Amino acid sequence: MSILVNKDTKVIVQGFTGKEGTFHAQQCMDYGTNIVGGVTPNKGGMTHLGKPVFNTVEEAVKATGATVSMIFVPPAFVADAVMEAADAGIELAVIITEGAPVRDMMYAKHYAVKKGMKTIGPNCPGIITAEECKIGIMPGNIFKKGNVGLISKSGTLTYEASNQVVKEGLGITTAVGIGGDPIIGLSYKELLPMFEADDETEAIVMIGEIGGDLEIQAAKLIKEKITKPVVAFIAGQTAPKGKRMGHAGAIVSGSKGTAQEKMEALKEAGVYVVESPADIGATVVKALNNKK
Amino acid sequence: MNIHEYQAKEIFRKYGVPTPRGGVAFSGPEARKVAEELGGDLWVVKAQIHAGGRGKAGGVKLAKTLDEVEKIAEEMLGMTLVTHQTGPEGKVVKKVYIEEGADIKAEYYLGMVLDRALEMPVMMASTEGGMEIEEVAAKTPEKIIKVAIDPAIGFQPFHARKLAFGLGLGKDEQKEFIRFASALYNVYMDNDAELIEINPLIKTGEGKFIALDAKMGFDDNALYRHPEIAEMRDLDEEEPTELEAKKYGLSYIKLDGNVGCMVNGAGLAMATMDIIKHEGGEPANFLDVGGGANPDTVAKGFEIILSDPNVKSIFVNIFGGIVRCDRVANGILEATKKVEVNVPVIVRLDGTNAEEAAEILRNANIKNIIPAEDLKDGAKKAVAAAKGEL
Repeated sequence: MSILVNKDTKVIVQGFTGKEGTFHAQQCMDYGTNIVGGVTPNKGGMTHLGKPVFNTVEEAVKATGATVSMIFVPPAFVADAVMEAADAGIELAVIITEGAPVRDMMYAKHYAVKKGMKTIGPNCPGIITAEECKIGIMPGNIFKKGNVGLISKSGTLTYEASNQVVKEGLGITTAVGIGGDPIIGLSYKELLPMFEADDETEAIVMIGEIGGDLEIQAAKLIKEKITKPVVAFIAGQTAPKGKRMGHAGAIVSGSKGTAQEKMEALKEAGVYVVESPADIGATVVKALNNKK
Repeated sequence: MNIHEYQAKEIFRKYGVPTPRGGVAFSGPEARKVAEELGGDLWVVKAQIHAGGRGKAGGVKLAKTLDEVEKIAEEMLGMTLVTHQTGPEGKVVKKVYIEEGADIKAEYYLGMVLDRALEMPVMMASTEGGMEIEEVAAKTPEKIIKVAIDPAIGFQPFHARKLAFGLGLGKDEQKEFIRFASALYNVYMDNDAELIEINPLIKTGEGKFIALDAKMGFDDNALYRHPEIAEMRDLDEEEPTELEAKKYGLSYIKLDGNVGCMVNGAGLAMATMDIIKHEGGEPANFLDVGGGANPDTVAKGFEIILSDPNVKSIFVNIFGGIVRCDRVANGILEATKKVEVNVPVIVRLDGTNAEEAAEILRNANIKNIIPAEDLKDGAKKAVAAAKGEL
């Protein structure tokens, strides 16, 4: 088991024939992802990487039965692509594109919710179910199969955390990079219950950062509904106020959104909060031992 | 990106948001000329810097004669203003804004920002105009009235009425306020603003609402579709090293410590600062070299980190994914040929082909380059090196 995606998931790629789309679609196919086609307007009828290209998402869905779309279109066209996917009945859109305007994502997200389509990202590494299905840009070899679920706002920290977990002799069920923009799709509060319900997942690692209050919402939810051990790291304990730390959403406004505030809320909810990012793997082992 | 008050007011006027009349000046005589053209017998001279709290710091002054306007402007220009938002180093005033005096009957606060939890914009109003709004939020949150605006329906009169009643406005004033607030919503949405603050918003003796101050910030990702706003960027207001870094696709923020950091990915870059602190050191900077970490970006990264004289060691923390570690290791070696690095460089490479990378660094046998076992070992060594204990 896993969450959201597995080896049978049928995936299309929006922005399939572009440079990024081509490179990463190939990497995903090499990993074993069941990519069934792609969409690039005005290139319908072509074959790319051995898969059919369609002009619209609607056509692609009809012809292939795809339920997930991986989106690589440039930032100015992301909202349009997301809304097209939602309109065509896609169930999950994984938005890799970096630099999408916030206003566009606001409209796209509201429409996706209305249409019942889940979204991941934008500006994220994507989602991977270890050794089955990779939908995104992460290095697949780092994710060995195991029993730890992973949710992270940051790309490289996702890899770091998975690597530490694997070095401890454990592995990953599914890892989700949720992105660090001000408006994102699925976040901790939706993903934690999915991992709670997943039989294979025995512990959950969540990686957060300064800015916004998603981690605080997660703490509330964990306290009420999550029984599996959760290990958390919040990046940006040393970040200065009012400065945007790389990610558009990673900013402490006034006294809101600090790492300290989030760490305290999570601790209070019974989460294993690590201060040092080097302690993630070892703490997962400790949490699993305590559970037994 | 942020802009100056006078620029925000230019945008306001285009949308019919009332502001006092005014003009920018770069010298005393210019200020006098602006005041003369405005006419009247009361002017306000306002320092134009990207920070709030100017009033308390002496950056906003009243003048009753043209001579006074000129004198105040001359004093203000070139002055370093230190407010709670500038940091202790303050900001040098390079231009002033001269405005006609206003007849103030009441002061309010009105602002707009994205509510990240609700995923929609909120408009906020308060009767505590002229006060630090963060202070109001902390001490008397009930004095801030908020309405969230669902973008599917846009700004409706009921949103404005809710704010108007919250501010205790009378029936006659409401119409005027609704018009003002609706125009402000259009300013926010049309221009991809990230933040608008009017503090204070004033009511005049005649019952008119006027934006006496104006602060605006924009979503950088949307500037491509607002070239006229992108042109308002004032490079004097930004850190020169941060700008230099941006040119090369690097994201750099200077801090006060002495352990330089070079990392790929924003989250890992923050985490690297955190672990340095955790191991007893102080990070000198945030630096995300991006996914590529090629010889050119790494060389530029070294140059930027070393432009800070406080830096006593550098921690290079790269997690190689699709860009393999062996390539990054070669990149680092090449970069050290391009830039003279005279402090210890602790290198931690993990991920794809990490072993090969370690081998490359060991074989290179460069005195200043110290390979680290893992994240913790790297942070420890970098901290020790900065203290001269390695």
